[in-house]
Amino acid sequence: MTGSQLLIGGAGLAAIACLAVLPSLVDAYHLALGITLLQFTILATAWGMFSGPTRYVSLATTAFFGVGAYTVAVLGEQLAWPLVLLVAALIGAVTSAIVGLSTLRLSGVHFVIFTFGLAELVKQLVVWFEVNKSRVLGRYIFLDISQQDIYWQLLALAVIVFATGWLIACSRLGFALRIIGEDETVARHCGINVTFAKVALFVISAVFMTLVGAIMAPRWTYIEPSIAFNATISFEVVIMALLGGAHRFWGPALGAIPLTLLFEFLSARFPSTSTLIMGVVFLLIVYALPSGVVGLVDRFKGMRSGSEKKRSGA
Amino acid sequence: MTNALLTGLVLGGMYALIAMGLTLQYGVARIMNLAYGEFLIGSAFASYLLFTGWAVNPLVGLVVVVPVSFVVSLLLYKIFLTPLVRRARTRDALEVDSILATFGLMFIVQGTLLTMFGGAYFSYSFLAIPVTLVGEVLAMNRLVAFALAVVLGTVLYLILTRTRIGTSIRAVAVDPNVAPLVAINVPQLSALAFAVGGALVAAAGVLISMFLTFSATSGVVFTMKALIVVVMGGIGNLMGCLVAGVLLGLSEALVATYIDPGLTIAVNFALFLGVLLVKPAGIFGRARQ
Repeated sequence: MTGSQLLIGGAGLAAIACLAVLPSLVDAYHLALGITLLQFTILATAWGMFSGPTRYVSLATTAFFGVGAYTVAVLGEQLAWPLVLLVAALIGAVTSAIVGLSTLRLSGVHFVIFTFGLAELVKQLVVWFEVNKSRVLGRYIFLDISQQDIYWQLLALAVIVFATGWLIACSRLGFALRIIGEDETVARHCGINVTFAKVALFVISAVFMTLVGAIMAPRWTYIEPSIAFNATISFEVVIMALLGGAHRFWGPALGAIPLTLLFEFLSARFPSTSTLIMGVVFLLIVYALPSGVVGLVDRFKGMRSGSEKKRSGA
Repeated sequence: MTNALLTGLVLGGMYALIAMGLTLQYGVARIMNLAYGEFLIGSAFASYLLFTGWAVNPLVGLVVVVPVSFVVSLLLYKIFLTPLVRRARTRDALEVDSILATFGLMFIVQGTLLTMFGGAYFSYSFLAIPVTLVGEVLAMNRLVAFALAVVLGTVLYLILTRTRIGTSIRAVAVDPNVAPLVAINVPQLSALAFAVGGALVAAAGVLISMFLTFSATSGVVFTMKALIVVVMGGIGNLMGCLVAGVLLGLSEALVATYIDPGLTIAVNFALFLGVLLVKPAGIFGRARQ
């Protein structure tokens, strides 16, 4: 067992090293593609980190992504870059803690409804603030950050996401979450602080999403609320995680890569009908692959234990 | 003040009407329909086309759009949602599946509307005559829409409380596991409730298109408001829809008048959370196990 773990670890390190030298080998188009791939891999993994074990469907990805991007738009030129990222992470953590504390004690449905409108809510608050207080709607971002820098930052963040997921899975928190996902009442009777566990995980997942938004922000030179809080991102992330399979930590990443490529292709070829096609892709996944690629792999291996027999699409 | 209250009341009546269809779909058929607002916008566009293309009065248009939407919703439930209902082992599983499936549906409807109409805003002028009521001026089309909403709501209420089929529908809403024991055909009634919900949302869409500008992408906000009203009122409860809808409309109108029109969604959420923190099952809801 330790031998195979070493092998996986080594392969992982080699993969990271290969990915790290990639920007100096490829052209601008492929670099941009690499950035988008990393972006969605991190977002989908962060989504699965919370929604996989708890089975709460979160539609709030873009709310946190936008918060990150907007933090950079406001503070980008005032502070040093690492400080900007830190502030963004803090704002993301506070926002998600407020959302989590006010909704996660309620049932899953309330959470879905709340997160469904969260991006719209944050967007409206930002617009209100910009119009009434700062009196600008739309800001320019002039930062000396190249595409390669963005790529490397995202790669580092991806490594941190996977490391964090692994650490959580090994920790008491991860164990508690698996019990909550199976049966919340049982978890409560075992003495697990269900609300704390859910909120903690929600905050961790949201901080990653916020950081992705912050790192991606310098890619745009102009930003306004409707760009930063684009609801399509939440949607894409959910399909990616579902395609891969949200009940395994590395599942969402498996879905993120093919779907990012597909969406890139579609938006280049059929810009006017891409929303329609994405909807069809989503339905195909929900109907044909209820437990994702990971579930399919498990079925082929014929090693579906009792816990995995339960469908866990979300 | 009178103006804000009057506007709020009319708005609240519309919200209640919008939410009634959803409370049937979600409370009875157990389908949490995230594409709900898209059907509303779809009907608004249908009404727009009928009015601008063939000069069909929207009130006459209702006679076309509502039955079509009933049939479309029925087929949707039979063909598209029944596999999910069969697949689901528990109510929670069905809820998650229906959220995901209708989420995809939302993008299909939205994408279709986008390819047909683009992203621009649409409106048409119908009955935009000022009317004076209690010393305040309101547009005729809003009042007509409100009156029709009241009529539809009353008819639905009477059907649900006074007829045999209405009583069975309410029984399914209360407990779908026990309902079959008294010879209620749950799958059939669920399909019916879903289709009636579709018909109601179509009516709401036509009425709203008379006085509100709309675009292919503005359905999401209606879905959100309808969901908030349904949950706030107590899932599957018509009276709750009415009270919560009016509450939402009034609070929105008051905030828009006295604080800032740009904060309406913030008010919706504050109200939603406020109600749920005090009564997690909604205003008229009973605690479920």
